[in-house]
Amino acid sequence: MALLEVDDLTVNYYTEEGVVTAVEDLSFRIDRGEKFGVVGESGAGKSVTALSLLRLVERSGRIESGEIRFKGEDLLSMSESAVRDVRGNEIAMIFQDAQTALNPVYTVGEQIAETIRHHLDYGDAAARERTVRLLDDVGIPEPEARYDDYPHEFSGGMQQRAVIAMALSCDPDLLIADEPTTALDVTIEAKILDRLDRLAAEYDTAIQLITHDLGVIAEVCDRVLVMYAGRAVERASVEELYYDPKHPYTVGLMSAIPRIGDRQDRLQTIPGTMPDLVEVPSGCSFHPRCPFAEEACTRTRPQLVDPATGERAGPDERSAACLAYTGDLDGELDYEVEVRGRDAGAATAESEPPEPDGGGVDRGADPDADSEGKADE
Amino acid sequence: MSLRRFVAIRVASTIPILFGVSVFTFALVHLTPGDPIDQLVALNPQISAAEEAAIRARYGLDGPVWQQYLTWMSNLLRGDFGTVIAVDQPVGPYIMARLPETVALGLFGWAIALLIAIPTGIYAAVNKDTLGDDLSRVFALSGISLPNFWLGLMLILVFALWLDLWPVLAPDKPLLSPAMLWYLILPGVTIGTASSATLMRVMRSSMAEELNKEYVTAARAKGLPERTVVLKHVLRNSLISVTTIAAFLTAGIFAGAVVVEQVFAWPGLGRAFVQAIIGREVDLIMAITLFTGVTIILANLLADIVYAVLDPRIRYD
Ligand code: SF4
Repeated sequence: MALLEVDDLTVNYYTEEGVVTAVEDLSFRIDRGEKFGVVGESGAGKSVTALSLLRLVERSGRIESGEIRFKGEDLLSMSESAVRDVRGNEIAMIFQDAQTALNPVYTVGEQIAETIRHHLDYGDAAARERTVRLLDDVGIPEPEARYDDYPHEFSGGMQQRAVIAMALSCDPDLLIADEPTTALDVTIEAKILDRLDRLAAEYDTAIQLITHDLGVIAEVCDRVLVMYAGRAVERASVEELYYDPKHPYTVGLMSAIPRIGDRQDRLQTIPGTMPDLVEVPSGCSFHPRCPFAEEACTRTRPQLVDPATGERAGPDERSAACLAYTGDLDGELDYEVEVRGRDAGAATAESEPPEPDGGGVDRGADPDADSEGKADE
Repeated sequence: MSLRRFVAIRVASTIPILFGVSVFTFALVHLTPGDPIDQLVALNPQISAAEEAAIRARYGLDGPVWQQYLTWMSNLLRGDFGTVIAVDQPVGPYIMARLPETVALGLFGWAIALLIAIPTGIYAAVNKDTLGDDLSRVFALSGISLPNFWLGLMLILVFALWLDLWPVLAPDKPLLSPAMLWYLILPGVTIGTASSATLMRVMRSSMAEELNKEYVTAARAKGLPERTVVLKHVLRNSLISVTTIAAFLTAGIFAGAVVVEQVFAWPGLGRAFVQAIIGREVDLIMAITLFTGVTIILANLLADIVYAVLDPRIRYD
């Protein structure tokens, strides 16, 4: 049994402009200790998915259907107090912007310690001690003294570390990290990701890493789910995704260089923007931006299928949602994968699979991002 | 240390304000025709013109206005607030005798306001756009629209005349007697409800705003009970803006006390103020005005200090 099983999750938001389907029919699995990436542009439904796992979607949103099983138990049918026992304790969340996630009027230490006192029934002194140890673990110098600092007395990187310490405080089985390093600068980003990676191993915690940044995914994750307009469009291991992407959207993401710390808009190579979720395009929602779109794409919504067989894929199998794999297209997906991350160092060096076909070209297209990256190494 | 300096600077900076207020009030009083001696003469027609002039001279009312002001000011600087002419009594003791009544009324009204406003504001914010929130809005609207004197009269009508739970007028007893403290409830509630309306709206909007912030989601994501999230995390942040308004309320409460003391025949400064105006008691009007000014300034100063206690980001240096 996987640690987390999400099946056919659909989340709607009821807004003034109409019903917005933020997440539709989403299924995935996360195993114990696994590092699972969710990638996509903002508005793809990544954060909503994360909040759904804690049953914390805002008031205007509603989990319409689907199942979320954590250790085999259905989170959606649990009582509110049972869910509270899971939150922060078994499933913890690292928020995107540590500065806003920390309450400005309580000390950093207190905000970590209160979780420990609440879930683990620690006394004041014991909770403080554990907190100091956590602050030390995430690399905050003089943790004893910094315990009593207020968030505004921490730098951005330190705040992010504190938020990670907070998430780790009760030894969770699953850590949901929502763009944990987006607000940070490049060098700190690399350090924090590295630390997160190590701590996850140390605490034996699974990570669901949510990001728009394929470079970050490459750094940390084992498997990846690519989301577009609320739906999963491709699911694969990191290696498969990088060297053999199957969905045109993923290909677009890839051709913007997957390297850590690059602040460029990675999707500039895909013309257009993500659709307004109030009016999602018919058929394949990616068709207005897809270079391979055909008439059929505007009518038929592609399902996630095994790209090799065209059969519907299970929730943990490699799959892509494109009509090309179900034989509904006249043409073929004709693209070349340019793995520009080859000599880009940190991003891909560690999890290096064999040399892919047609790799390592076209670095020149993005000289700025490149030199910026070099400077950091 | 820095807080002490901040307080010192703030207190010093109020001196020009108080000076301006004193000039303005003095001018206003003298722009209105008549003085206490006119009334004295009207009541005692046998007083001759020469005697009248002598009395005027005795109270320093015969010179030009600027001279009177200078005399008043130099007396003030020596700690002499002047005289209440009608009863021929120094202003200082006259005020001191009535001050406790007004302070008691003000504090009680303030406490009522906070006791109503903060819980209702929290409730309305947490249950935004529900029936309870709408009801609280109706309450706030009526609290703002109903004049104090009308509410006071209605309370007297219902609770004193019909239900006979309170006497109609304030009993003539020392402040700390049971009868007097019991009677305090009616004017206190009158003042409190009016102030609570504004305060509640501020509490609600400030809390509703805080509730949308990410640290709230983060606190929930930690698995804290909703009560802890609201009463620990959100409340303290929301109180920051409420503090400022609560300090402003001090002025409103004094203004309310003037009317309410009149309606309930409460023997405090507010009623003395009305009588001072009717009797053109310059010294008394000046003293009460300055006293009120100082109180309001002190309340704002207190708010600034509470502000710094609530919000660690604020440091006065
Ligand atoms: S289904 Fe059509 S539009 Fe959608 S990704 Fe495949 S080719 Fe492109």
